[in-house]
Amino acid sequence: MKDSQAEIIHKQTWNEYILLEIYSPRISSQSQPGQFLMIRINPQLHPLLRRPFSIHSTKGSRIEIFFQNSGLGTSLLSRKKIHDQLDIIGPLGKGFFLDNSLREKEVVLIGGGRGIAPLFFLAQSLRTFPCGVKIFYGGKTHKDLPLKDRLEEKRFDLYCSTDDGSYGYKGYVSELFEATFPSLNPKAVFACGPEEMMKKISHLTQQQKIPAQFSLESMMGCGIGACWGCVKRIKKKGSEEWIKICEEGPVFRSEEIVWS
Amino acid sequence: MKKDLCFGPKKLYGLKMADLSVDLGFLQLQNPVIAASGTFGYGLEFSPYLDPNNLGGFVVKGLYFYPREGNPPPRLGETPCGILNSIGLQGIGVKKFVREILPQIRKYQTPIIINVCGEEDQEYVSVVEFLNQHPGISAYELNISCPNVKKNGRCPALDPQDTFSIVRAVKKVSSLPLITKLSPNVTDIVEIALSAQQAGTDALSLVNTFLAMDVDPQTRKPTLANIYGGLSGPAIKPIALRMVHQVAQNVGIPVIGMGGIMSGEDALEYLIAGARAVEVGTANFVDPESTVKIINQMKKYCEQKGIPRIESVVGSLKI
Ligand SMILES: Cc1cc2nc3c(=O)[nH]c(=O)nc-3n(C[C@H](O)[C@H](O)[C@H](O)COP(=O)(O)OP(=O)(O)OC[C@H]3O[C@@H](n4cnc5c(N)ncnc54)[C@H](O)[C@@H]3O)c2cc1C
Ligand SMILES: Cc1cc2nc3c(=O)[nH]c(=O)nc-3n(C[C@H](O)[C@H](O)[C@H](O)COP(=O)(O)O)c2cc1C
Ligand code: FES
Repeated sequence: MKDSQAEIIHKQTWNEYILLEIYSPRISSQSQPGQFLMIRINPQLHPLLRRPFSIHSTKGSRIEIFFQNSGLGTSLLSRKKIHDQLDIIGPLGKGFFLDNSLREKEVVLIGGGRGIAPLFFLAQSLRTFPCGVKIFYGGKTHKDLPLKDRLEEKRFDLYCSTDDGSYGYKGYVSELFEATFPSLNPKAVFACGPEEMMKKISHLTQQQKIPAQFSLESMMGCGIGACWGCVKRIKKKGSEEWIKICEEGPVFRSEEIVWS
Repeated sequence: MKKDLCFGPKKLYGLKMADLSVDLGFLQLQNPVIAASGTFGYGLEFSPYLDPNNLGGFVVKGLYFYPREGNPPPRLGETPCGILNSIGLQGIGVKKFVREILPQIRKYQTPIIINVCGEEDQEYVSVVEFLNQHPGISAYELNISCPNVKKNGRCPALDPQDTFSIVRAVKKVSSLPLITKLSPNVTDIVEIALSAQQAGTDALSLVNTFLAMDVDPQTRKPTLANIYGGLSGPAIKPIALRMVHQVAQNVGIPVIGMGGIMSGEDALEYLIAGARAVEVGTANFVDPESTVKIINQMKKYCEQKGIPRIESVVGSLKI
């Protein structure tokens, strides 16, 4: 069974960003960092499709999702209240690949905007691995860094950037990473965010020969491999193919991804 | 205490189990609900959510002879109560299907229907000739109506002569019953249906998706990379239902209706309009258990209305 009715038990809002805590012992116990959920936002016929959300964290019997209000579905979801039920399928997809060679090493996580969502769960897991975790977090303005305080409270090494310079480094988070790079010694990089940001980080890490993984996004019809709608260009055994990211992703290694 | 105990069974005796089976002539279905092609994967993707043995049948994703790349993304968009797709029939080809998928789905008791595609008449024939040699398939559904493969949604089902020639060619070689799937993108669907019947198809299924488009006014870009795609889901139901009614009134072979079925009531509307069975497509994305829920809702309808056999509902429109 992969579907559940689950109750919202806590909600936190920062302008257009929302964090929902949801009670689901089953999903919590089965989830890996990088996996996602398909949520049916309402039982009506519009919006019709489920919406995909990364698993932001798991805590005992609870899970969290963190999302940005960016359209009809997310706006309806942002209006849900504590005790409302959500219709959820998941966990789905394959998560980040973590191998033993990372133990005791330094890793870098880079999140742009809502792309920070899956990285919090990953950071928590890596910490217990144990790894030294450095987090780069970028947004348009200081209002787009709602999780900054939370990450600081958890004592992660945090590097922030804003496009307008209203907090931290002025510029893109990929530029901040590039500028900071000489003082870092990462054995792996994990990133999620706008495609342009991920593409830049992919080039940079490939130049430096550092393995990197990216959590990709695309329009999803089903999340379970049945519609073939969510494809990205991926290299497999030497040739390029349209691969369903809901099934074989959403996380891919740098060298597999053909950036558009 | 005793009174309570008697009350349960007595009430149960009053309710008779409804018989949901339908007879397509060439195929007996345990219930009228078939999962539609392209929305049910190759039949395995849904096993965490339902037991395919409970369905009336399922149609696998469209198969060409050779593997196909499909269209570039974005391949999907959402419009009010509907979805737009231009998948472009990406697929593994018939040989890999027989090698890797068929052995896994053959174990199901429920009828497996193969959605047959081709670039030219000859490719449809090759697919059928190849599959004829492999047991475990109950029927072919001839997909002559996909709007996402040729320019401007061209496909054989837009023309009565093209329809006739392809159905005739496949019927000649097929060792299994043939269902011909029609396109709604025509002025007179009855004309096409009659062509397919004349060419010897055993049944008709309709409709495939409506050729459609969507634009983002902010960026002025089409939602789909392919510009045009096929519209499906509840948005198309009233038009599809009208077409099913028109066709069912004019042909002498079974009609399988589809388009926007989300509930048992939706499915019943198609039966009332003259369909002998239905296919459920987009609903599988919204809720992977949709088909099973629809079957249960139909069962409930029959029991509540005291209808012993669902076949009696077929074509029962009161005018
Ligand atoms: C694997 C995955 C994980 C994601 N995780 C998160 C997350 O943790 N937090 C977060 O804020 N966002 C996440 N997203 C993005 C999120 O799914 C979209 O923002 C959301 O679906 C938009 O829905 P909407 O109705 O508000 O927007 P709409 O008004 O429908 O459309 C706005 C844009 O959202 C995108 N979108 C719409 N529907 C879908 C869909 N079914 N699938 C994918 N994209 C869609 C389209 O690009 C569209 O142009 C994730 C996406 C994927 C694929
Ligand atoms: C993503 C997607 C893929 C489809 N692929 C096929 C296909 O391979 N062959 C086919 O005959 N029909 C295909 N269809 C059409 C459906 O089988 C069905 O005819 C149509 O979607 C209308 O039914 P619905 O409104 O219940 O979805 C596809 C539809 C969708 C949405
Ligand atoms: S979202 Fe349907 S196949 Fe990936």
